[in-house]
Amino acid sequence: MERVPILKVGDVLLISIQTDLEDRTALALQEDLAEQIVRTGARGVVIDITAVEIVDSFIGRMFATIAAMSRLLDARTVVVGMRPAVAITLVELGLSLGGVHTALNLEKGMRLLAAPDPGGPPGTMSGR
Amino acid sequence: MTNPQSGGQAHIVQLLSTRQDAALDRWTELAGATLRGRTTQTELRGELRELLSLTLASLEREDDTARSELRAVLADMSGRRARQNFTPKETAVAVFTLKQVVHELIEDADEDQAINEFVAFSRYVDDLGLLTFETYAATREQVIADQAEQLLELSTPVVKLWEGIVAVPLVGTLDSARTQVVMEALLQTLVDTGSESAVIDITGVPAVDTEVAQHLMKTIMAARLMGAECVISGIRPQIAQTIVALGIEFGDIVSKATLADALEYLLSRNGVRIVREVVG
Amino acid sequence: MSDVHEVRVGSSDDIVGIRKMVRTIAGDIRMSLVDQTKLVTAASELARNIVVHGGGGTVRIERLTGPTGRTGVRMIFSDEGPGISDVDLALTDGWSSGQGLGLGLPGSRRLVDEFELDTAVGRGTRITVTKWTR
Repeated sequence: MERVPILKVGDVLLISIQTDLEDRTALALQEDLAEQIVRTGARGVVIDITAVEIVDSFIGRMFATIAAMSRLLDARTVVVGMRPAVAITLVELGLSLGGVHTALNLEKGMRLLAAPDPGGPPGTMSGR
Repeated sequence: MTNPQSGGQAHIVQLLSTRQDAALDRWTELAGATLRGRTTQTELRGELRELLSLTLASLEREDDTARSELRAVLADMSGRRARQNFTPKETAVAVFTLKQVVHELIEDADEDQAINEFVAFSRYVDDLGLLTFETYAATREQVIADQAEQLLELSTPVVKLWEGIVAVPLVGTLDSARTQVVMEALLQTLVDTGSESAVIDITGVPAVDTEVAQHLMKTIMAARLMGAECVISGIRPQIAQTIVALGIEFGDIVSKATLADALEYLLSRNGVRIVREVVG
Repeated sequence: MSDVHEVRVGSSDDIVGIRKMVRTIAGDIRMSLVDQTKLVTAASELARNIVVHGGGGTVRIERLTGPTGRTGVRMIFSDEGPGISDVDLALTDGWSSGQGLGLGLPGSRRLVDEFELDTAVGRGTRITVTKWTR
């Protein structure tokens, strides 16, 4: 099975999704990530989905799970690079990415993590 | 029994074949008279030569290949004329003048049998003429559809107001299709320019229906999912009433009275403050 | 190339393949990017529905040409699973019989132009969806 590589950049873990994820790969990623956050003491997680053509409810739930899990491990999660077509589809699907920060691109995502934590889970990112 | 379309016109075919050059000259002259020099004589003559030889072939052999080839060439010519803004009359005249050419040929030759065939021939030409009308109309429809699409693109500008702030000033009636196009363009601009803020200004929009209001809402939610913020400005009283009456939940969407207010709001959120300098 | 494809969906590993196939067909008929994304997402949701609730089944994908020359894609998702006892409930946002988000059916319905649900308890479920090019 394919595994998504997790890169460490400073105290941020960077996940760049380049392929259409199989369900098993997505589940493995969640496990690998939890382990890595603890092992590296990372304070942030950036998931770059610039190359991702579709996000269904399964993948959407993975983002929410990763965000919730990271928060428990004292790290913040930002999903970056969502394509317009993907965003429009998620809204129509009715998927809420509650608890997930988003940014337009990698650079802005990194900057968001570098800024002081405003505290509390983000409230404005719900899909519906 | 004779084929009403093409059969039993042996004498006309004979006449046309033997005097092809003269017929072509006369046809070019007649067809060219109404074209006000928009097509050169050489060009027109070339087109008509092809039509004439295909017409002869389809009359002579009565085979389907020649007939469908003739129809294809004719359709192609009519389509081309439609796109070049010829009038329907100018397009059809090229076909109908063939009747006059043949009539004159018959009179010259003083052929009684050919005169008897002329009614059938005339019907045959009418048929071809109808085909040019049909193609002409279809092509014009296509031209109109293309132009409507181009207009849609032209009427949906996304403009940059400030570093990181873009705006879409919407003017005119918003239908579902146009709203969708504009909103997709807006979201793409956010990505392309890396802008985290957008203003959707609807000062120039007289009314919205449920579907359009929902498209606007969905766009704002999609922008949020992408990590950007949209502000609406210029909602007219009637539209505000519609939105409330329709029970559309505008939730926590920021709405400002004017585009200027929206810009000021977004600038202050970006840490920019506008101060009037006191002179003297 | 044939205009009808039928594939078996046994496990979640088959879902990526279906997404790819639907994407190719939608691209072939020049569906807009947003509509392609909606269609592929709906396919993914409904295929997963077969795996999770139907215990496997088949997906049939066909290209359509409407009476006015409009083109589209029709997808039929069938399983011989337990069926759905309360259709209205299954089509309600947020209701789920499994551990999912309960968006699969109602969400997919919003992503396509036509949605038809045919089910009977004990006799499986068949969902037919159609999306046309704009």
